[in-house]
Amino acid sequence: MNALPLLSLIIFVPWAGAVLLACLPRLGAPASRALALGFSLSTLALTLAALGSFDPATTGYQFVERHDWIRALHVHYHLGLDGLSLLLVLLTGLLSPLCLLASWRTVAEARFFGLLFLLLQGAALGVFLALDFFHWFIFWELSLIPAYFLIRLWGGPGAARAGYQFVIYTIGGSAFLLLGFAAIFAATGSLDFVELSSLGATGALGGKLASLGGIWPQAVFLGVFLGFAVKVPLFPFHTWLPATYAEAPTGVSMFLTGVMSKMGVYGFIRVLWPLFPGPLHAAAGPLLWFALGGVVLGAFAAMRQTDLKRMIAYSSVNHLSYCLLALFAVSVATGSSRPASEAAAAALSGTLLQVFNHGISAAALFYCAGVLESRAGGRRGLNDFGGVRSAAPVFAGLCGIALFASLGLPGLNGFVGEFLIFRGVWGLAPWAAAVACLGLFATAWFLLTFWQRVFHGPRAGAAAGPFADLSGLDFAVLVPLVALMFLLGVLPHLLTGLFNPLITSWANHLVLP
Amino acid sequence: MIDAAHLWLIPALPLLAAGIGALTPRSGRRLASGAAIAAMAGAFLLSCLALQRALADPAAHLYANFTWFELGDGAVRLGWLLDPLNAFMCVMVTFVSLLIFIFSLGYMKEDANFKQFFCFLSLFAAAMLGVIVANSLLLLFISWELVGVASYLLIGFWFHKPAAAAAAKKAFLTTRIGDLGFLLGLVWLYDATGSLLLFDGGHGVLESGVLGDLATQVLASGLAVPTAISLLIFCGAAGKSGQFPLHVWLPDAMEGPTPVSALIHAATMVAAGVFLVARVFPLFAADQVLAAGPLHALTVVAAIGAITALLGAVIAVAQDDLKRVLAFSTVSQLGYMMLALGVGSWVGAIFHLLTHAFFKALLFLGAGSVIHAAHHEQDIRRLGGLSRSMRTTFVTFAVGMMALAGVPFVFSGFWSKEAILHAASEWDVSHLPFYATLIGVVLTAFYMTRLLCEVFRGAPRSPAAAHAHESPRVMTIPLAVLAIGAVALGFLGTPVWPWLQSRLTGTPIPARPLLEGGGLMGLSIVLVALGLGAGWALYGRRVRLTATAPDPLAAAAPRTWAFLGDRMKFDSLYAATLVRLNAFVAALADFLDRRVWGSAVGFLARFAEFTGVVNSEFDDGALNGGFNAASEDIRRTGRAYSRAQTGETHGYLRTLAIAFVALALLVLLGGVR
Repeated sequence: MNALPLLSLIIFVPWAGAVLLACLPRLGAPASRALALGFSLSTLALTLAALGSFDPATTGYQFVERHDWIRALHVHYHLGLDGLSLLLVLLTGLLSPLCLLASWRTVAEARFFGLLFLLLQGAALGVFLALDFFHWFIFWELSLIPAYFLIRLWGGPGAARAGYQFVIYTIGGSAFLLLGFAAIFAATGSLDFVELSSLGATGALGGKLASLGGIWPQAVFLGVFLGFAVKVPLFPFHTWLPATYAEAPTGVSMFLTGVMSKMGVYGFIRVLWPLFPGPLHAAAGPLLWFALGGVVLGAFAAMRQTDLKRMIAYSSVNHLSYCLLALFAVSVATGSSRPASEAAAAALSGTLLQVFNHGISAAALFYCAGVLESRAGGRRGLNDFGGVRSAAPVFAGLCGIALFASLGLPGLNGFVGEFLIFRGVWGLAPWAAAVACLGLFATAWFLLTFWQRVFHGPRAGAAAGPFADLSGLDFAVLVPLVALMFLLGVLPHLLTGLFNPLITSWANHLVLP
Repeated sequence: MIDAAHLWLIPALPLLAAGIGALTPRSGRRLASGAAIAAMAGAFLLSCLALQRALADPAAHLYANFTWFELGDGAVRLGWLLDPLNAFMCVMVTFVSLLIFIFSLGYMKEDANFKQFFCFLSLFAAAMLGVIVANSLLLLFISWELVGVASYLLIGFWFHKPAAAAAAKKAFLTTRIGDLGFLLGLVWLYDATGSLLLFDGGHGVLESGVLGDLATQVLASGLAVPTAISLLIFCGAAGKSGQFPLHVWLPDAMEGPTPVSALIHAATMVAAGVFLVARVFPLFAADQVLAAGPLHALTVVAAIGAITALLGAVIAVAQDDLKRVLAFSTVSQLGYMMLALGVGSWVGAIFHLLTHAFFKALLFLGAGSVIHAAHHEQDIRRLGGLSRSMRTTFVTFAVGMMALAGVPFVFSGFWSKEAILHAASEWDVSHLPFYATLIGVVLTAFYMTRLLCEVFRGAPRSPAAAHAHESPRVMTIPLAVLAIGAVALGFLGTPVWPWLQSRLTGTPIPARPLLEGGGLMGLSIVLVALGLGAGWALYGRRVRLTATAPDPLAAAAPRTWAFLGDRMKFDSLYAATLVRLNAFVAALADFLDRRVWGSAVGFLARFAEFTGVVNSEFDDGALNGGFNAASEDIRRTGRAYSRAQTGETHGYLRTLAIAFVALALLVLLGGVR
């Protein structure tokens, strides 16, 4: 196919924008913002173009670009798009411009901010599209550098420490990942995800790793697992998250939770699960408890937070743990005698929906916390407000919708994914679904507490004086998100239609090598 | 003629009105309220057409299913259902809602958020109608949760009042506990049967083939799978319908504006739980074929219903707040309905649901009329003497009171309660629920007499009551219409002419002579008379003179009175146990995060820092002496630069990088477990 290298364009146009911004040191703030926004929007435009010729019924990769790159290492430049990557690229395309808008006014040094942000956006897109470990890992690591500086330079008072912990903790995880893949390369001579997946499916990968020595199959699995577990994060590797999300500037928090946390889930589904079906199956029983820890303790820990951003951060731990819960439940049931493809299809579809929907609603919630913070001179405590609904009814309405979407109210986007996850997990590991209900309850509790303390009651604290309702810019960020909440809550097939055949083929081939 | 495929229009109309209400500016009061009332009138007409269609063939279940989205090799399907049960419900809900909407025009006239009120009312009505017309438990659950959120918004409508905001949260969370059980029941049913459609050409979960298969599945504990699923679904019903032990939200929910209480806590939301059990009654009854089972789902339903019926009635006796008396009376009456379901008479439950919707909405709106007139005074000790100043309100309230008390023959409550007593007396599992209902009958007549006497007799005991005058027509006309319904509705289901019963079941039910089983009817008439008489003796003959005078019963048994007045201390009990447990788990989770996981990471970092220092000393001293000397200049520059630019960062980077190598070694060598 000699058509446009669409996927490369998706990745590199934001980077081109970053380069352009770097080359124009005299560019004023308004022009920098417009330029950054324009390049950021390119992802959405290109993804929609891809959507036009994307065939959901094909379960393999589409728009594939594969070129020899480093012959000596057998490395290819290999990009491809399937329903899973499409979903994440679409999410990135939707959220990135909104994240930039969210930082539109508040950020000094707009040119440098936009530059770093475009770098981050391109790197995240690279992670979702690369199919060879070599450049996939480069994208994976490169995303950390702009993220670090965005947190460090534009974040809150604790940003230096939080950004630090974030980068080092994640790099620590990645180090294991790298070690793991080094061993894989040593054993198989390949770094191509597609080739490795087929080796994984037949069990040949485990055999080849075993040829390196006794503990290598387990050690490599563990290394790759740790890399992703920190990134998602899986409980109890999540301690970097609340501080980071809380200290990052609003737009970056939105991107971190909306897109970057999805890189970990993506890694689990794209890499760990297909490459190591056997070891994951063996470990999935205990791992279910880890995921449940995130679901339940994450939600309960959120209840104790008085910093609204930390509260939302913990709710992200809770929401992402549902994804892993579903994946581990599928893995537990893999190879069992009971036919469970229906439940597995539900669990996996729920996971992907949750990935997308959490991106939308958590980004909206972080933005709302940012709105509160900016109106209250930097305060964003649970008890710093009161009666905001009287002062700013429109803001209260939109924030309320985001809250209810986050707690899984039917009719809004969060419900469908959570329902499918519960339906699937019940069919695969019923007790886990029952325990996870506690998380649903706690989520409702703390989100309603947030709503009650901040928005209800008499006007108090930072809302006692003048408190402006939403500005045009606020509308520009929140209205698309809220509209998506309604749209995807009522018409989930807009998303499921993109990946259902893919999920079906996964669910129908749940066999251990 | 309307068909099942058009049934979505009934919830869609108020939903549209809610959308209009949400998007109009605050000043668009007429538009928002006009749209809400017009939509509800339209929905009422459609419901009447639907009822006509359903009654043409009462035994049939007409449905229209559609695919929501593809899932795996199958699809998630939803649908609409039309049969006499939901057609009757639709007519009742739309009619009562319409009257309440009209009443609200007067009641909420002064409120700044008038248009928002109608938006929320419409949203609520749409969700409730969605519950009714759903042919899929999933669609029902979706609407069910929307009912929850709409009621949250309405209960907390006066959100600037902290008590209202807290009550709304409490209602949402308490019902959510039940809803999580419901959710698990749903996913279990989905997993076990592969469908959540109620009727689907033989594959629906209420159809005999599927239920037969389900009834053969037994858990390791000996519990049948349909029993377990039914009990989980019942959790949801118990939460919404204010059944013990989840009844605590309902009295608090009186913080909402009174039309909300009439809508939510009389006619619709609280009735949703009863409706749900009646709707999926075949599922609840599926385990009846298993004679050997340890437990039948319906037995639990009956027991909870009986407890709730008695509990609500006892507590209602000792409430001094006009709306709280009615709230606990609602709890009690919902217990009657659940009891009827549990003993197998779902028709009796629905009959009582329909009559109760009318007379309780009437009572709440009557209370609203009183509260509106008395400048939001709702303490019955401070009211009094309103029968003279509020003639229409008094007469209609008295009608509602007599219907609720079960005054014989004329009032609808008598007939529907009679049906429940009859069913309870014939239950062969236990007679305890029957006895509970008999005690409840006395108590109901008693506390309603007390309420009526305190509010309307004697002299006004506060300036607010003294200055009260009749509410405007827009409020009294709905009262009059509901009063007519509270009388007339009973005649649709008398033993002599069991029209409603035969239409609901779709099979002709033979008429019984009025006096067959007359002993039971006689007994209940005697009990009602006893309650009315006792109430009159204590509160009617000697009316209260001052607002502070103690209640005659309080004087006789102060501690019991205080205990009942404090709602049997359920709220304190929950605060001391569940709420505290919850806070403990939250504190534990937070502690684990900060002290355990956080410290583990911190420890690893320190450890690595230490290793790093040892390592670098070793490197510097032993290996790199020469190299160091050569690079000293560079290092000095670098150090100066780092001090100026990033402070500690440089050192941190080094140590933490090494920390991770150490972490790697630790995990690899130490193993995972």
